[in-house]
Amino acid sequence: MLTFAVRRLVLAVPTLLFISFVIFMLLQLAPGDPMAQVPLTVPAEVKEKMRQALGVGEPALVQYWKWLVQVFWIEPKVFIDYLTNSSTLLGWLPDTQLYQGELRVISWQTRSPVMDIVIQRIPQTLWVVGMAYVVGILIALPIGIYSAYRQYSVFDQSGTFITMIGFSIPPFFTGPLLIVIFSVQLGWFPSIYDTTHVVNDWASLKFQLQQMILPVMVLALQTTAQISRYMRASMLDNLNQDYVRTARAKGLSEAVVVTVHVLRNSMIPVITVIALNVPSIFGGAIITENVFKVNGIGQLLITALFANDLPMVMTLTFIFAVLIVLFNLIADILYGLLDPRIRYD
Amino acid sequence: MTEPVQATPTPIEALADKGPLEPPRSQWKDVWDQFRKHKGAMFGGGFLLFITLAVLLGPFIWQVDAQKLDIRNKDLRPIWTALWDSGAKVAWHRPFGTDQLGRDQLAQIIQGGRTSMAVGWAAMVLSLIIGTSVGVMAGFVKKADGLLMRLTDLFLSLPILPLLLVAVTLFRQPLREAFGPEGGMFVLIVGIIAITSWMPTARIVRGDILALKEREFILAARSIGTTPFRIVQRHLLPNVLSPIMVSATLGLATAIITESALSFLGVGFPSDFPTWGKMLADAVQRMQQFPERVYLPGIAISLTVLSVNYLGDGLRDALDPRIRGR
Repeated sequence: MLTFAVRRLVLAVPTLLFISFVIFMLLQLAPGDPMAQVPLTVPAEVKEKMRQALGVGEPALVQYWKWLVQVFWIEPKVFIDYLTNSSTLLGWLPDTQLYQGELRVISWQTRSPVMDIVIQRIPQTLWVVGMAYVVGILIALPIGIYSAYRQYSVFDQSGTFITMIGFSIPPFFTGPLLIVIFSVQLGWFPSIYDTTHVVNDWASLKFQLQQMILPVMVLALQTTAQISRYMRASMLDNLNQDYVRTARAKGLSEAVVVTVHVLRNSMIPVITVIALNVPSIFGGAIITENVFKVNGIGQLLITALFANDLPMVMTLTFIFAVLIVLFNLIADILYGLLDPRIRYD
Repeated sequence: MTEPVQATPTPIEALADKGPLEPPRSQWKDVWDQFRKHKGAMFGGGFLLFITLAVLLGPFIWQVDAQKLDIRNKDLRPIWTALWDSGAKVAWHRPFGTDQLGRDQLAQIIQGGRTSMAVGWAAMVLSLIIGTSVGVMAGFVKKADGLLMRLTDLFLSLPILPLLLVAVTLFRQPLREAFGPEGGMFVLIVGIIAITSWMPTARIVRGDILALKEREFILAARSIGTTPFRIVQRHLLPNVLSPIMVSATLGLATAIITESALSFLGVGFPSDFPTWGKMLADAVQRMQQFPERVYLPGIAISLTVLSVNYLGDGLRDALDPRIRGR
């Protein structure tokens, strides 16, 4: 198992390098010029120097190499320095001075390091997306279990219908729909996610929860639809197995048979699906963040794209790719750990 | 010396059939019978047919130009608003109302549906062609298998939506110059949806081909000298048709949603060219006054995708011989 994990981890590195190379070369074709906003009175040689300062003047391969060095060597150094200097978790360690003022990945919009902006945006995305995912799973599992247990009952039929609807309605329709119903007509929840809001007492916590409900609901609908379908199918596969009849014949109560024997076996594929879907939820959050004006990383990507901010787009797309590769790896390892019938070596 | 055996022996009376036999049942008749039992699939198929015909024939029946600005009749509400609000601005010649520039909403829905459905079908067909050829190549040609499957894995680990956004913003200009503003966008969106969605089809087809090519009928075909190309064409492809059809329905649904999502995010078709996603995106700013402009295209997208999903569900049940006949 360990050798398998290590082998997959080693194999992930060339995959990620190749993906980053493809994205970088794609972005090289971009028609925009970062110097387009500079006034015409600026002399050409000064413009050339500014171009060099942004790292655009060099050949594409050199630029790619520099980007690699910045992301894999300089940014980790900055991160370690941050961890040992000012974070609460590891702040007790002796201060490191690894970062010596080298050039980091600079955003063309704000002329500040891309990673700093990403770090600022990640909490909002994690709060909304992570919460939505957890809520979606918590709703989906009982629905899937019960509809499989009572197959073809009214509950099952309506559950299947609702998950089908959740599957089919895109988030850019459910978002405005919920806004019209809950924030315009009923006035219960705000339609815009206020990121500057600080939670320091009960009233502000209540407001925070209120503004999270709508985006979380939109994202959770998609998750619920997918996961409950998988859960139902997996439960149905297991409910007709011989070991279930044996368990019933032993005189175990129905609750024990379903929740202990069947559920534990059915959870194996469902857990891998849950792990596999995490990156796609981040991707889907791009639209939801846009609808509810959450300034997370999805919204950052959109604005960077429209502003032609290539280093930001490159780094963000690469982060999404890392998430996908990482969670594929996690799903494979989880599958091997949970199911003793799977042997990777 | 034995008696010569009669050329046509007299049939045994007890074994003779009583009356004429039923005509033999073909596989597709079985599939159709199973498919008919799935109510949702029948409904989905019917609705998909209806909406396809509606967007194809609609412009001939409802002959209003979707692009024509009629500024005197701007901001009309749909005709059914008059049921509960007698003061609403409605007009019988604009049954779905008009937008802020006076463009007819019904004509726009039909026109937008044409674009959305065309993109969906074209992207689905293209991605099926890519996926099936990669899958058949990987399954049938042993040398290509490793390389093609690595490629599939690589494509599967690409972040699809960010890449779609990047590709659309980057290649918009050159393709517009080559094919015109609408044609260029059509080629671009269909192309990138197809390039980023063929992987599941390729995997399924490869798996099925790998299992099929070890079977006896392929050996028999090879032994009578059938060329590899004919084996693929006559013996392998018909046998992997059912998984391809199921993934085709899924592909159609995702293609329609992806196109609408791109239009919604403002990187789709040009602004004067209606698609369902674009209409929805344009209406979101004023959805408090005119919620129907959000509902109508949204419901159109959702119902189409819902019916395609149900169709796929029914097809999967009907094409699976283990479920069929129960």
